[in-house]
Amino acid sequence: MATIDILPARQTQAPSDVTRIRPSRGWRVIDLREVWRNRELLWFLTLRDIKLRYKQTALGVSWAVLQPLFTMGVFTVFFGGLAKMPSDGKPYALFVLAALLPWQLFAYALTQSSNSLVAEQRLITKVYFPRLIVPIASVLSGLVDFLVALCLMVGMMAAGPVFGWFTVKPTAAVLAIPIFTLFAVLTALAVGLWLSALNVQYRDVRYTIPFLTQFWMFLTPVAYAASLVPPKYRLLYGLNPMAGVVEGFRWALLDTDAPDWAMMAVSAGVVLVLLAGGLFYFRRMERTFADVA
Amino acid sequence: MSELAVRVEGLGKEYRLGGPRERYTTLRDQLNKLASAPLKALLGRRKRSEQNPPFWALKDVSFEVRPGEVVGIIGRNGAGKSTLLKILSRITEPTEGEVDVHGRVGSLLEVGTGFHPELTGRENVYLNGAILGMRRAEIARKFDEIVAFAEVEKFIDTPVKHYSSGMYMRLAFAVAAHLEPEILIVDEVLAVGDAQFQKRCLGKMGDVAKGGRTVVFVSHQLGMIETLCKNAICLVQGRVHQFGPVGDIVRDYLTNSSQISSDVDILQLFRTGNGKVRLTDFWIEDDLGLQATSVSSGSRVVLAFRYDRSDRSSNHISLGFSLHTATEQTVALVYSDYQGVTFDNLPSSGVLRFTIPSLALSYGTYFVGVRILVSGVEADWPRGFVGRIDVEAGDYYGVGQPFHSGIGPVLLDGEWQAATEDTVVPQRGRGHR
Repeated sequence: MATIDILPARQTQAPSDVTRIRPSRGWRVIDLREVWRNRELLWFLTLRDIKLRYKQTALGVSWAVLQPLFTMGVFTVFFGGLAKMPSDGKPYALFVLAALLPWQLFAYALTQSSNSLVAEQRLITKVYFPRLIVPIASVLSGLVDFLVALCLMVGMMAAGPVFGWFTVKPTAAVLAIPIFTLFAVLTALAVGLWLSALNVQYRDVRYTIPFLTQFWMFLTPVAYAASLVPPKYRLLYGLNPMAGVVEGFRWALLDTDAPDWAMMAVSAGVVLVLLAGGLFYFRRMERTFADVA
Repeated sequence: MSELAVRVEGLGKEYRLGGPRERYTTLRDQLNKLASAPLKALLGRRKRSEQNPPFWALKDVSFEVRPGEVVGIIGRNGAGKSTLLKILSRITEPTEGEVDVHGRVGSLLEVGTGFHPELTGRENVYLNGAILGMRRAEIARKFDEIVAFAEVEKFIDTPVKHYSSGMYMRLAFAVAAHLEPEILIVDEVLAVGDAQFQKRCLGKMGDVAKGGRTVVFVSHQLGMIETLCKNAICLVQGRVHQFGPVGDIVRDYLTNSSQISSDVDILQLFRTGNGKVRLTDFWIEDDLGLQATSVSSGSRVVLAFRYDRSDRSSNHISLGFSLHTATEQTVALVYSDYQGVTFDNLPSSGVLRFTIPSLALSYGTYFVGVRILVSGVEADWPRGFVGRIDVEAGDYYGVGQPFHSGIGPVLLDGEWQAATEDTVVPQRGRGHR
């Protein structure tokens, strides 16, 4: 004991079992290891969001099927049937559904994560845990709906030949689906980090999100084919990461033309910059969450 | 093992006046500012001169806690107790100073944080446990014990929205009570549940204390502080007023509490509310209509509240005040709208008076809190007492001599009757004999 006293521990770095609490200034790196250490909490919060999603609804998980199904129906009738939008030679219904899978995952994850910190203000003002867990959990909870919708897609693809509607043969590109899914999730998280932190300070954000997602959907080739965009604007189009994701899904599921990899590279760059920036911004704003929320 | 469990040095926390909770602004305000200072506005870096004056919820707070020590924190409302706990549990960052915490910290600033009514008891135990920092394996190991402690075995797979409030609190507390951090930070959470359950919680807390755990906790219940703690810290206006053996601190707190808030500068109090109407001064008037520092039981007393109304359209103004004993027990809470009285078309500044025809308080010192509502929305709530009333023994019962028992704050007037057995009015219900 006495020897410990003599050590000038206070002036140097704190020992490993010591948590030092002090004001943080400027831009700092977020502690991702701490998030990893709290992965069980992340799991429980995700699980809670999933369980609560369809509580007190008459149709329950069926909503996860009905939402893409109805959207697909409306799009097919108006854009496919009446407006005769080209669909890269694939049945329009499948063409739209393949895009709705990542799009609805993205839109849900973006909306939920942007509102997540405000929704969890009770937690944030009463207990400490890495705040980053909150938006991550809300992004992850969207994956269940996504998987259900994916089953719908597989079902439709399997039913097509049986009823003689169409034949779509999956290729090895199917294996790329997890990668494009991850891409969609990271894009949602990257934007969600910015918006959730902003939302704590400016509640205006909440009202802009519906517009943002709607606007964004028109910029994304969900109802139309990306091939409509003239090739010279392709790289510019890549600034919207969801364009590449949607094209990737179509390629993987319906064997359309492979996405433009140069465009994908631009998208990946955009996501990385947004994500890194989002992490820094989130860390910077994090320290005032409990005071402002 | 380290010499210290918690070391706090020069800790300070600054809030902007107008209330930390109301600092979120609209994007429009910020967009206006964007024109002049593009990046600064978005990042929240405004010039100091543009901001409201700073308010230090904590300032220069330093103390040390040894391992296994149980330290109580006392102080009035707004003295900075909760802010201190929030910093210790890392919920909010300090503005200056630093804290070293040796070991795993568990904080209980509220019972049942994260409980969701739609989830079952079981699901909530796991979720809440994880939120409080327990590992899943740890929760699984203690699960049966937690459920038994809460006495909700039969309902553990029922959504907690169907629980009675007692069951809900018991389960919530049971999870918290099984947290085993090296350092436990607790805020007034024991004031829940029925008396019997409180007693068991106290026992559990006592075990925690005896088990060599370090505990820092805040309570208004001085008795509890004295039972559980060896040392205590008394905070006054964000500073450490005293730090030492609990007996001395509590005694000093009780005797000095009157001095501390005698000359309150109401304008300097930390406050919340939209500010449409603000309290600017408070005083009492005796039966002669003169400003008084002390009044006596049974006399006519007027409480006078001076206000400033910044917003022209403020109508339906209701002023509420509360009276508290020196140990901060609430004696009374009165809003004008309780009596159906709200004020419309008030002059932009003036005085509202509340007349008590015969003061029904016994000998002692009472503290006054005020809150103003405009159309049911909080306009002003100074956190802290705006004044005090020293009550001398007086002839409340009108018998020609002052009443001086000093036991119990409230005096009750009534009529006595004596009767023979057979003229006794029959009691309602059963069990009369």
